[in-house]
Amino acid sequence: MKKNRIFLLLTFSLVFAACASVPTTPAAQTLTVMTHDSFAVSDEVVDAFEAENDAIVQFILVGDAGTALTQAVLAAGNPLADVFYGVDNTFLSRALDAGIFEAYDSPLLANIPEQFKLDSQNRALPVDYGDVCLNYEVAYFDDRYISPPGSLEDLLLPEFEGMLVVQNPVTSSPGLAFLLATIGHFGEDGYLDYWQGLVDNDVLVVNDWETAYYTEFSRWGGTRPIVVSYGSSPPFEIIFAEQPMQEPPTEVVVADGSCFRQIEFVGILEGTQNRELAEKWVDFMLSPTFQEDIPLQMFVFPINPDARLDETFVEFMAVPDQPAFVSPEDIASKRETWIEDWREIVLR
Amino acid sequence: MGLFYFYPLGSILGISFARGETNLTSGIIDALASPSVRGVLWFTIWQATLSTLLTLLIGLPGAYLFARYDFRGKAFLRTLTGIPFVMPTLVVATAFNALLGSSGWLNIGLMSAFNLAEPPIQFAYTLGAILLAHVFYNTTIVLRIVGDFWAHLNPRLEQAGRVLGANRWQTARQVTLPLLAPAIAAAALLVFIFDFTSFGVILILGGPRFATLEVEIFTVSQFNLPLAASLSALQLACTLGLTVAYTRLSARLARPLSLRPHSHALRKLNTWRRRVFSGGMILFLLVMFVSPLAALGARSFTRLEPERRQRTEVEGGFTLDFYKELANNERASMFYAPPSKAISISLGYAVITVFFALALGLPAAWALARQTNSLFNSLVDPILMLPLGTSAVTLGLGLIVALDHPPIDLRASPILLPLAHTLVAFPFVVRSLAPALRSIQPRLRQAAAVLGATPGQVLRYVDLPLVGRAVLVAATFAFTISLGEFGASALIARPEFPTIPVMIYRFLSQPGGLNFGQALALSSILMVVTAASMLAIDRLRIADIGEF
Repeated sequence: MKKNRIFLLLTFSLVFAACASVPTTPAAQTLTVMTHDSFAVSDEVVDAFEAENDAIVQFILVGDAGTALTQAVLAAGNPLADVFYGVDNTFLSRALDAGIFEAYDSPLLANIPEQFKLDSQNRALPVDYGDVCLNYEVAYFDDRYISPPGSLEDLLLPEFEGMLVVQNPVTSSPGLAFLLATIGHFGEDGYLDYWQGLVDNDVLVVNDWETAYYTEFSRWGGTRPIVVSYGSSPPFEIIFAEQPMQEPPTEVVVADGSCFRQIEFVGILEGTQNRELAEKWVDFMLSPTFQEDIPLQMFVFPINPDARLDETFVEFMAVPDQPAFVSPEDIASKRETWIEDWREIVLR
Repeated sequence: MGLFYFYPLGSILGISFARGETNLTSGIIDALASPSVRGVLWFTIWQATLSTLLTLLIGLPGAYLFARYDFRGKAFLRTLTGIPFVMPTLVVATAFNALLGSSGWLNIGLMSAFNLAEPPIQFAYTLGAILLAHVFYNTTIVLRIVGDFWAHLNPRLEQAGRVLGANRWQTARQVTLPLLAPAIAAAALLVFIFDFTSFGVILILGGPRFATLEVEIFTVSQFNLPLAASLSALQLACTLGLTVAYTRLSARLARPLSLRPHSHALRKLNTWRRRVFSGGMILFLLVMFVSPLAALGARSFTRLEPERRQRTEVEGGFTLDFYKELANNERASMFYAPPSKAISISLGYAVITVFFALALGLPAAWALARQTNSLFNSLVDPILMLPLGTSAVTLGLGLIVALDHPPIDLRASPILLPLAHTLVAFPFVVRSLAPALRSIQPRLRQAAAVLGATPGQVLRYVDLPLVGRAVLVAATFAFTISLGEFGASALIARPEFPTIPVMIYRFLSQPGGLNFGQALALSSILMVVTAASMLAIDRLRIADIGEF
């Protein structure tokens, strides 16, 4: 009978739900790592950690970087996980102010360049970095016999009118990074004038990286040959090409002060019951095994100088010598004002 | 519902307010005082009204076509119009751009035909794009809810009207329309709420100059949680207002009807008038719904990457590479799922969602329909609709925050995702079931009871056959919503068990032709899986009204 079937299902599903909620206690310890949805890692790398420490690692991926951090801040003190990975320097102060991390002086920090250590108390430890830079389609400029832009200032020239597409800093992380690059480069007093110049030169603002890159960028069927993307985008155009190619179809503007460096951090969540294992995981993330896995999985670069990189990477990756710099404290305290002012100039 | 909806929602709002100095009322008042929030609210209402009217304009003739005429390929066409409903926004945006974007084939065609230097159609980042996408997404709601109700209306009522001397328009206005009103109102309300809480369409096709309340909630949640919570509460209040108004309205309109098997009302296309109407409508639906989907499907078989260092002209050719590549875990990634696995995960979640949604929705809708006490109805009915007006992000975060300690620690449980999908689908399920249940004449039940049937037998042999079709519609909604849901899935899906939309987004967020191609291939697979499942559900016809 239909009714019985429905009641049976109801009962069944309740039992099912109840079973699912009974905490399973496996022999091995479980370490829970919370992170954002761009996180990726090789199976074998995690297997290595699990075998070495007789542990099980469980990952919780909670939306994008901002949402994941919001989640961690909401659960401060009663953490959902033992370790949080993926807070970057634009969010760092917010995470530290909310007190979600416990300090940990990992021995591996000794090996890591000072420029990446933004938290002197080592509550947040750097893991990887990536640069947000202007990318352009090489063929577009070759065909028209014009030289591509070489700096942020060039974008104000009339020959680049209507060529640039950027992301909205409110909704997109590379968009925010590019806004910060202009603030770092032109200063708090100058960046709005610069953006006014971009608006006069017909800049297009879209809400997300996907639309900018796969809809508006001329390489992928759009009309605009200059796009805000990552310094690692060209090697990926080769690695994930539809047909093998020798040279990347896109290049990166790496002039001083034209890129913004995003550094991602890991931290042990305040209130974890698994401190010892969490420390081991943090050490593991800083060790060459994990670090060498980073580029192909997450498209960013390892901070450990001992990590060896894939050849395509070494050949085509663009790393600016002097990225624009804005301190995490300034970002935390002024971000809202900056964005508000930017919206006033660019969107209204 | 209390446990899995109000408790998580209360938790997240409570925690958010606890972070700031505001509370609920002052938060909402402050928010309403700000001109930018009022601007957002105004735009939200305005675009939702416009979109709903357009959707009805297209949906009602479509519903008439499906309800009254019989033609070949009807089931298939019906299924096709339902596919957009489940497609992730990014994919739909890609499809529209392939068609209407500045390098879409329509613009390229017009440019070469008329020798134009600039693309003549400016599609993206306009209000038109938003409206078109909303119509594209939501017409199926009208087709299904109104169409199915209409199909079972007794045609004799109309015939009686005609016999008594009313002309075609008088019959339509004075007989058909009043009878259809509850179904139209139900469909319009669902469409309106969907447009009102629209997120992805506004974000991607509307661009940064447009913001609905839902977009604003997402935006401010990055730096101002209390304001985000106030806006969420405001959105809930609006939804509640809408559903209360709707309940009042439908209580006045609902009257028991004698429903007839579908086949009684079907007519053949045997006069020129019918042929012209149906042909035009079918053609219109095909252009409207199939061309963007076809453009997308075709694109997933086409190699677009130009020769090295060539200007991006559309060249290259047919390829199966993207589909082959799907099965290849190039990066040896831990969270990789081959398409077969992603499909079975998605289908599995969808089936569980259907059971949950029916198990919860049938009793709820039944209680609503049986209860003659209007106070009870006017209190409970709007509340059952609330999940529709809740931002998926809020709900997702709430579920994780609230269900994090024993006895119900479901955070990492695979059951959490179908639960979330059930919540999203719940209003649809109740909304599809309630009108059908209400329209059962109480005399049938009474007759059965008098003849000695137990309440269970009444349910089985009277109610269920009468509402079989509605159950099917409800199940289809639950199933397809679960298949296409992304907002909550991105927050709570276990990374080892990605659904198809989650996998599509993973590919789309990486540079490189192969990644883009694989995203399109997987989107096409999602279309096919959706279409196949919907056809299968339609075939089931567990208990059509034909039984009596």
